[in-house]
Amino acid sequence: MIQPVDATLQHELERLYSRYAQVLDDGPLDAWPDLFTDECLYRVMPRDNHDQGLPLAIIRCESRGMLADRVRAVRETIMHEPRYLRHQISNVLATLDPATGVIESTANYLVVEVLFDELPRMLSVGRYIDRVVRAADGMLRFQEKLCVYDSVLVPNTIVYPI
Amino acid sequence: MQQRLIWPAEGHAALPYRIYSDTDIYQRELERIFEGPGWAYVALEAELPEPGDFRVTKIGERSVVITRDQDGTLRGFLNRCAHRGVKLCRQQRGNSRFFVCPYHQWSYDAQGRLRGVPFINGVKQQGGMPEDFSREQHALPSLRIHVRNGVVFASFAADPPPFEDYLGEANLHYFDRVFDGRALTVLGYSRQLIPGNWKLMFENIKDPYHASLLHVFLVTFGLFRADQKSAVRMDGTGRHALLISQRGEARHSEATQDIANLREDFTLADPRLLDPVKEFPDTATVVMQTIWPNLIVQQQSNTLALRQIQPRGPEAFELHWTFFGYADDDAAMTTRRLRQANLMSSAGLVSGDDSEVIKLAQDGIRENVDTTGVLLMGGRGTGDEDHMVTEAAIRAFYKHYREVMEL
Repeated sequence: MIQPVDATLQHELERLYSRYAQVLDDGPLDAWPDLFTDECLYRVMPRDNHDQGLPLAIIRCESRGMLADRVRAVRETIMHEPRYLRHQISNVLATLDPATGVIESTANYLVVEVLFDELPRMLSVGRYIDRVVRAADGMLRFQEKLCVYDSVLVPNTIVYPI
Repeated sequence: MQQRLIWPAEGHAALPYRIYSDTDIYQRELERIFEGPGWAYVALEAELPEPGDFRVTKIGERSVVITRDQDGTLRGFLNRCAHRGVKLCRQQRGNSRFFVCPYHQWSYDAQGRLRGVPFINGVKQQGGMPEDFSREQHALPSLRIHVRNGVVFASFAADPPPFEDYLGEANLHYFDRVFDGRALTVLGYSRQLIPGNWKLMFENIKDPYHASLLHVFLVTFGLFRADQKSAVRMDGTGRHALLISQRGEARHSEATQDIANLREDFTLADPRLLDPVKEFPDTATVVMQTIWPNLIVQQQSNTLALRQIQPRGPEAFELHWTFFGYADDDAAMTTRRLRQANLMSSAGLVSGDDSEVIKLAQDGIRENVDTTGVLLMGGRGTGDEDHMVTEAAIRAFYKHYREVMEL
């Protein structure tokens, strides 16, 4: 029977989110794909699409390899101004299906972006709708991560993962 | 304008930076370009399938409602009550037979006709509208609508030119190449607010020269290179343009030696990201079409998208992307389109370069407003070219721009 996660698992899950924010904000960015299972689905989409059931995501990675390709493109091919991100992740609510070991988890997020010569601004605010599993090495990893942002508009462009 | 802008003597090969920041020039652009005699993109028919369906969009800075009336005809009118100017439609989309102003509940039908005015005859013999008040005189100002193969355009002009003449032969041919009459399926939307003048977006898409240099990702994977078979085509006026190109190989050559940060060793860990298949009868793999005053039609490999430009003052614009496919796409093609959208969106691996460079352009322009930019690649001409090492389409755009703006 699907049930809310217990305190131990809740704590472990929150550490996963903390690690997620850490690698995106402070690096190493190469560690970001390691927080996902080999076969995974990572998407960033406006709430507008999500609520209407439209499939288009502005970032869509279907494997750890695609996540790594995104990291490499951010580093080596996308021309962008230097910037810092700061993820705030809260309100982690999760359930566990003991039969399958699958954790369904949602969390709120807020990502602040800092460009070198500008004041911090909100880049994206929304929620994560995630599926987390325990991998063979015993670590929790994202099997699926859907970032649904509430604003329709993106300020200029999203370069780093949300 | 504090001082009338004198266009540099170099003509279309020079761009005075004031056209990107001057508020008087911007106001004139709204009046003459966005609300002028042309056809502005407003919607896809697939977004309004049923009677009563409506969508709100903007032409220039003016909010408009596009709706399908009970007879199935598409209509367009200004999104503001004739009474006190209150915005009528607060939702972006929906279905409704009537549009009711929240303030005094004046109601309009899907044709923009004023149908109901509360207390029109007063209450208890008091108040009410004067004898000469006529509902007919207070209909919502309507727009002309033209639909071509599922794409909806609107015009503020009372007597706009026939759409086919407006687009011209070459542009109509390539428009019909993507919009060939097949039913369209909307895959989703993406919007971004880009801190730059709206014309910088058109310049960007009319400029194949930059794409072979700035877009390292495209060049690395051979999707767009300066040595590819390419063409630039304009209409008779220069306002619309087509960049047509054919995918080449991902290899080092004369066309890539000037690219400072080419990544020849970059191979995709998951090549499913780029798995383009041929789907149009001709050999072109990229066709980027710019349609005056507010539309970009994008076919890059298998990503199909409309990008609608909505200016927000002289120094910013919203770019509204509508990604679509065809109703007869199989699941594999839909997945392919969704994957390739990684390249072109508000988080695009490729289009991200453009949003960033447009911001940097505006930053530089703002600080040097009395300076002039150079548009000399490929000479000074404004005509068609059979290569991509040219800025001819930008020059052609400004040839028409100057006529319309009388600058």
